[in-house]
Amino acid sequence: MKAIDWVTQILQVAAALAAAPLLLGWVNMCRAWLQNRRAPSVLLAYRGIRKLFHKDAIIAEGASTLFRFAPYIVFANMVTAAAIIPSMGTRLPFGAAADAIALVGLFATARVFMALAAMDIGTAFGTLGARREMMVGFLAEPALLMVIFVASLISATTALPVISERLATQALVLSPSLAFTGVAFTMVLLAENARLPIDNPATHLELTMIHEAMLLEYSARHLALMEWAAALKLFNYACIGFALFVPWGPATGESGPFELIASIPVLAAKLVVAGAMLALIETVSAKLRVFRAPEFLATAFMFAVLGLLVHLLLGA
Amino acid sequence: MAANPFILQLVNSLAALLLLLSFAMLAQRRVVTLVNLLAVQGAILCAATLLLAWRTGESHLYVSAALTLGLKVIVLPWLLHRLIRRLGVYWDTDTLLNTSGTMLVGLLVVVFAFGLAQPISALASTATRSAIGIAVAVILLAFLTMITRRKAMSQVVGFLSMENGLFFGAMSATYGMPMIVELGVALDVLVAMLVLGVFFFQIREQFDSLDLEHLDSLEEET
Repeated sequence: MKAIDWVTQILQVAAALAAAPLLLGWVNMCRAWLQNRRAPSVLLAYRGIRKLFHKDAIIAEGASTLFRFAPYIVFANMVTAAAIIPSMGTRLPFGAAADAIALVGLFATARVFMALAAMDIGTAFGTLGARREMMVGFLAEPALLMVIFVASLISATTALPVISERLATQALVLSPSLAFTGVAFTMVLLAENARLPIDNPATHLELTMIHEAMLLEYSARHLALMEWAAALKLFNYACIGFALFVPWGPATGESGPFELIASIPVLAAKLVVAGAMLALIETVSAKLRVFRAPEFLATAFMFAVLGLLVHLLLGA
Repeated sequence: MAANPFILQLVNSLAALLLLLSFAMLAQRRVVTLVNLLAVQGAILCAATLLLAWRTGESHLYVSAALTLGLKVIVLPWLLHRLIRRLGVYWDTDTLLNTSGTMLVGLLVVVFAFGLAQPISALASTATRSAIGIAVAVILLAFLTMITRRKAMSQVVGFLSMENGLFFGAMSATYGMPMIVELGVALDVLVAMLVLGVFFFQIREQFDSLDLEHLDSLEEET
């Protein structure tokens, strides 16, 4: 069954690349509906990326090579992450390359390069965005690691595909620790993907930007890659969430082509529901002041640690 | 883990919720919400008692569940809400530590409580013994709530939450205290609440505020 594993692997990465802008479009569509606006097309993100690829890139004066290479590095990191996260099957040949902790490291590498590139130009906005991003990042990462530790403790491994497989096949129990970490993970997802309580993805208002501020100097294909990478990041986070908290669906064990095909509509359904929920959370919450962001992430960290403690004590 | 019957899983989940509510109380700055959280904590306690009563068949647990429902979910929150309205204390903002700091100290307290409860859990023979640690944590967190607040109102809420933790601890260690003790404690809490209500008015009359800082500088008149 080696061939089917490779097919799963390739199909999964291809699906991530293709569906990531679609997920972003779906979230924006739901948000528009919830705010009584007419929704833009789901395909808007694709058109944006296509348009940007056809333009000529302009690079700011004094930009170093780092600035030029950062989009490729960020994008490559996100694609690698998509290869490790079990969204369609858990027997991934790539899964052995990195465990869940290295996965957090991949996200961190992407973040560092993004921040460095933003500072490289030397504009005030880029630096401001980079600083804020690092502030959010250094608070969100421990919380994310804690979430992963709880799942690792339950399934006695740090390899994400194996965690997902064990969680999917174990007996169904009420698990308060997973519920707590689920809340923590949702908060981290919002913060890491520049969603509403921390950052507003729809605005270019200078004082509130985090993610957008770092991309201000990019144009054409670099910008397209950065935006595609951001969409991929959201997709990856959603898939990590599925792997940890709704692990049923992906093909597990010695599966044939049928399980692989069956996993695709399940993944699609999960993404539709998750996108709608994300839009709902964003619609009902107001943006926090930047100085309140540490409090928000400290709460996420607390939830994750609480999940860990409850797991250690109750064994559930 | 899989051997645990469903009822016990449910009780354990409720215990985890109690712990979560204790943290929410630790972070909450609005006194009205604090009282509501206390009522929710009482309701969860009541549900856990009912489940345990159903599982063990101990009839006196039904009585204590009814007592919890009447006293901690309805009467005490109602009394507190009335006090808040009459005293006009809605916020308790200036605490000793900021929220994140309090949370981190709270986490350390939980770790300490779990360590403290380990030998007790090892000795207990009830099915819910793993929840003893959570009960101790709830007690200590309520204690921390009392320590970090300045206003008398939120200190009283912390005190009542501590009583909730004690009740839960007794329940998970020995399936509840003897009926007479439980009735006595319930009466004590009610009376304490009434007396404290009178105290609040006295304190406010004396100092024009419910900030207990003022009590530190009391001196005997000579």
